[in-house]
Amino acid sequence: MGIRGGHLLDLESLTAEEIISILDAARSFREVIDRDIKKVPTLRGITVVNLFYEPSTRTRISFELAEKRLSADSLSFSSVTSSVQKGESLKDTIQNIEAMRTDMVVLRHSSPGAANFLTRCCDSKVINAGDGAHEHPTQGLLDIFTMRERYGRVKDLRVLIVGDIKHSRVARSNIWGLKKLGAQVAICGPSTLLPYEIEKTGVEVFSNLDKALEGVDVVNILRIQRERQDAGYFPTLREYTLLYGIDATRLKRLNPGFTIMHPGPMNRGVEITVDVAESSDSVILEQVTNGVAVRMAVLYLLMAKEPIADKEGVLTP
Amino acid sequence: MSEEKKLIEVMDAPSFSRTVTRIAHEIIERNKGVDDMAVIGIRTRGAILAERLVSAIEKIENISLPLGLLDITLYRDDVHTRLEQPVVQKTEIIFRVSNKVVILVDDVLFTGRTARAALDAIIDFGRPKCIQLAVLIDRGHRELPIRADYVGKNIPTSFSERVVVKMEEQDGADGVYIEKPTEE
Repeated sequence: MGIRGGHLLDLESLTAEEIISILDAARSFREVIDRDIKKVPTLRGITVVNLFYEPSTRTRISFELAEKRLSADSLSFSSVTSSVQKGESLKDTIQNIEAMRTDMVVLRHSSPGAANFLTRCCDSKVINAGDGAHEHPTQGLLDIFTMRERYGRVKDLRVLIVGDIKHSRVARSNIWGLKKLGAQVAICGPSTLLPYEIEKTGVEVFSNLDKALEGVDVVNILRIQRERQDAGYFPTLREYTLLYGIDATRLKRLNPGFTIMHPGPMNRGVEITVDVAESSDSVILEQVTNGVAVRMAVLYLLMAKEPIADKEGVLTP
Repeated sequence: MSEEKKLIEVMDAPSFSRTVTRIAHEIIERNKGVDDMAVIGIRTRGAILAERLVSAIEKIENISLPLGLLDITLYRDDVHTRLEQPVVQKTEIIFRVSNKVVILVDDVLFTGRTARAALDAIIDFGRPKCIQLAVLIDRGHRELPIRADYVGKNIPTSFSERVVVKMEEQDGADGVYIEKPTEE
């Protein structure tokens, strides 16, 4: 089992089996990155372009490392230092890069659907590394992988996502992936930062954090973007912290053996206190390590040759 | 009922276990003991065979050798040409291979491509003193300049035949069979 379609655009369209096959492969790649020589020759001769139209530390370095650990050649493109500044479009940019014979594109873009658009204007395999508020599938996968390795299962885990759900692609990818694998997902945040009709995805919705935390196994804390305050989504950062910040006293409501997660970058003292972020129940850095393994698994599985149907519709390599 | 493919037995269970014991003796004899030795089996059946060799050597020498399990998927040379990626399994080599006499174990030696991949993989873990290859069956048709140091049995085959190794842990009983190609 691999990934159908040759691209990874979202978790919404993946089946549970596809997600499991990525998570299983990631476990083997995790072993590779813990070796002394952290490199295997699997993707020799494959060129991957990392197209980043938005700032990123973790995702970008993680993808670059995953590519290098698999012996692929990787190029990193940042829109700030490129001809995008002269007005070159996404389509022209990718077609010019592809003309230099590249095989795969990792795209981070502020517009939802940008990765999907890219699949229609180039022949490369496309991995979505975050498109606006739509999805961030590899982040969702690495969060789920981290939970699965910690608890040995995902089914029936009680997961709470706290924060700005409305603008969060991480939340969406987590919700889709976790629901498919049978977890019980709840979300919590100021009602101004909860998307309209989100309960239709099957998640429980809370606006009171203390109620939401009762009996939860995993809390995934999202970053609160400071610019949202200016846009009027909440009155002050201090009020947000009082109502939705995770501190040590709130943790008592969780199930024993609970786990604290955060996709980064953290605003220490806003959505999470320093002692919680650095406690032994926090797996925030473990998530980062796992991210490389999960991205290696995705790159590996996507490199299977696409089948070509002959006249009778029989698939051959 | 699906048509059962025709299997011809070439090694039964008792001779299977005698063969493993003989290879164990040969390994000890050739290396004049088992100093600094480690055994690495190629998943899946090479790994089971490696386990058997380790316990056979333990019976003779009273020493339990370090055992490693190797998945060579990431070192294959056909990753870009396959329709579906092979499942990557975990490699478990928890000892240092540097300066060890490594006995690499697989069930069948055929084109030599798996052994090539395994050699590359082991060398990525360190610099062994030497690597020796032990196989249960050598069926010929090498595509690379690779030979085995210890061979359970040489079985001449045609290219289109398949050699099927069954092992108790995986398949319920030990035995080696040749599967003839089905005629259309």
